[in-house]
Amino acid sequence: MVEVHLWSGLRRFVEGRDTIHVQAKTVGEVFDAIKADYPALRPVLDAGVSISVDGQIIVAGRHEPIRDDSEVFLLQKLKGG
Amino acid sequence: MALDSKTTEFKYIGTRPNRPDGLDKVTGKALYGADTFAPGMLHGVIVRSPHAHAKILKIDASKAMAMKGVKAIVTRADFASDLEGDDWDLLENVMAGDKALYDGHAVAAVAATSQLLARDAAKLIDVTYEVLPHVTNVDEAMKPDAPVIREGAANYSVPEGMHPNVVRHTEFGHGDVEAGFAQADLVLEKSYTTEAVHQGYIEPHACLAQMGADGRGELWCCTQGHWFVRRMCASLLGIETANLRVTASEIGGGFGGKTTVFIDPVALALSRKANRPVKIVMSRSDVLRATGPTASASMDIKMGMTKDGRITAASGVFRLQGGAFPQAPIETTTMCAFACYDVANVHHVGFDVMSNRPKQAAYRAPGAPMGAFAAESMIDELCRELNLDPLDVRLKNAAKEGTKASYGPTYPRIGLVETLEAAKAHPHYQAPLKDNQGRGVASGYWMNWGGETSVSLAISEDGTAQVSVGTPDIGGSRASMALMAAETLGIPYENVRVNVVDTGALGVNEPTHGSRATYATGLATIQAAREAITKLCKRAADKWGIDADAVVWEDGCAKPSGPNAGEFPPLSIGEIAAEMGSTGGPISGHFEATPNGHGGSFGTHIVDVEVDKETGHTSVVRYTVVQDAGKAIHPAYVEGQFQGGAAQGIGWALNEEYIYGSDGRLQNTVFLDYRIPVASDLPMIDTVIVEVPNPGHPYGVRGVGETGITPPLPALANAVAAATGVRLRGLPLSPPKILAALQSKSDG
Repeated sequence: MVEVHLWSGLRRFVEGRDTIHVQAKTVGEVFDAIKADYPALRPVLDAGVSISVDGQIIVAGRHEPIRDDSEVFLLQKLKGG
Repeated sequence: MALDSKTTEFKYIGTRPNRPDGLDKVTGKALYGADTFAPGMLHGVIVRSPHAHAKILKIDASKAMAMKGVKAIVTRADFASDLEGDDWDLLENVMAGDKALYDGHAVAAVAATSQLLARDAAKLIDVTYEVLPHVTNVDEAMKPDAPVIREGAANYSVPEGMHPNVVRHTEFGHGDVEAGFAQADLVLEKSYTTEAVHQGYIEPHACLAQMGADGRGELWCCTQGHWFVRRMCASLLGIETANLRVTASEIGGGFGGKTTVFIDPVALALSRKANRPVKIVMSRSDVLRATGPTASASMDIKMGMTKDGRITAASGVFRLQGGAFPQAPIETTTMCAFACYDVANVHHVGFDVMSNRPKQAAYRAPGAPMGAFAAESMIDELCRELNLDPLDVRLKNAAKEGTKASYGPTYPRIGLVETLEAAKAHPHYQAPLKDNQGRGVASGYWMNWGGETSVSLAISEDGTAQVSVGTPDIGGSRASMALMAAETLGIPYENVRVNVVDTGALGVNEPTHGSRATYATGLATIQAAREAITKLCKRAADKWGIDADAVVWEDGCAKPSGPNAGEFPPLSIGEIAAEMGSTGGPISGHFEATPNGHGGSFGTHIVDVEVDKETGHTSVVRYTVVQDAGKAIHPAYVEGQFQGGAAQGIGWALNEEYIYGSDGRLQNTVFLDYRIPVASDLPMIDTVIVEVPNPGHPYGVRGVGETGITPPLPALANAVAAATGVRLRGLPLSPPKILAALQSKSDG
């Protein structure tokens, strides 16, 4: 299982938890699993998020691999400037 | 795409050849947005609201349409009617619907056979408004009695009970800030503000559009990203993207402000209606009133520090207004504010607030300078109270590889400490100051960007190479791509030509934004060159009758990999290319990806100012930028980016601001009144390139374009505080404000 850290503004959607766990091998699978397992977070993902995997911010890339021990943070959706 | 550990010494990378577009630009041959013409071309003019907030009751274009030479008039009804979300916001900004939302908002447009005629016709378009109450200040826009810009614009993130103008909210952090403050010897809590500023690109937006009766279109425009323009225009016009080909002109600056559209869909709509080409060129006044300045910000910072300079806790509330639409960059403001430091207890709250101003657009590290101004000013205030050296304090708290970033993740290899050490060792930091002078320092961060990228590289018959890229060249990127291609292929820089091609020639490319071009397009160029090398080696192997695996590529030649491969004289790229038509056909390489290995870039700035205590005028007398470039492909253009960021930051800090009257109209709509720094306002800006290679790029590149505008705002404020003994927490640090502060101080 991959541990996913949430920003604190999201905790009200998951009963106050600051992390959730999902079964996933890629970034895309993380998003899909969150939507399936935590439907309250679906509007958040639909509005767009970025993700950090092992310290690297990924703004696009559902294919990017994730290990069970990867450090994963959901981040607010970032845009280029 | 990992750092290539085998490539540690470079032949071309790190040199400073002339940029390939330089001669055209200094001789006036380069074609910018307004330089394109077409037979039968019409001129378009946009009618803009004079009101900050008003219902549009009626648009009567009959008098204008009756004028001889007027060929088309468009309003909102001439655009797609089924849009949602971001596309709806984009259209609403390009052409108002039921309401005008800010001074300068487009409400109609006319195309005529001359610009003079179009201007006269625009004056005859009669718009009936019902003026509504307006609000332009971020704090005022959050108050319970503030006029509502648009009901229902808030998304899921906004807590219940907030004003409808608050459309997004964020909150994040870690540790226990109250416990952290309790550990501090000094805790300060202060409020800071920054004003909206414009990118100030020297070239106003311009385009030429042609939509045929067959529904197909061509658009020539100045933009940072023509694939973005294609997608946006196609959506707003209700056509398929394949039916629109967009060509980017040379660009006279963008800085993020040309990553969206304002006039392009309007020109296309006029052309579609008139069945003739339509050109629109914005005036400077149009640019300032109706394109995308930055957000303005109101921020509260609380920070605790021990006597020896350890930051024990930091918290910030960041309120940004981004005009009459969502998307003020609260994410990056919050994420970058404390990103330079290893702080165990940190908390951020951000509010995205709508007001009756133009829709904000990206501007160089969008959002980051505001947060840095507040956070880095606060650190300086703590250092002064505790009598600590501001660089020593930053070094003591500096984030490094393995630090938990203020926004959560663990940093990979980063170069902040190296910039701080280089700044401390620089002669500037120890240079004596004269009377009325003060020195300020500040650090800053930008996370950089990858993005969709597609590049093709074709070998010519004579062994030279052409590289087709989709990222418009703003700061010398053609030179950088040519250097990376030359290095990889082993051929001279002069033998590589880089072309910025149109949207029909490559897959999707994101704009030149997010400091991504040298990183992402460069990475793709290297990979395309490597693919071409594989094919070149195969041709040599076929000629020699050996396996392709037994051929290596060195110094622009195919060679047997060792004695066991056989003894053959090297085959140069020119020799292989001369025969390629008869040995298998043209040789090219291609690469497309959305690379995510962009490494963040940190910088540290030192500035000395002199304040005239009689006039309040601040002169910048010395400025040094130290920044991590990962690997400087073309050092002169890296230095140029450092200097450009500092220059724009100086303008933001000292002079620039959008000034609105009580009627909600922008007061300073020309450069005489909206004052950007010119050469005579600036000293020669010194630069130090730090190179901590990015593990996510074959040659170690980190984007450098944006970080440089982040430290100047607080560095200038800190320097002015040092020079005057008074702390100004609201930008710009204009002479009247400084004089008032000095007067207040002398009054005791």
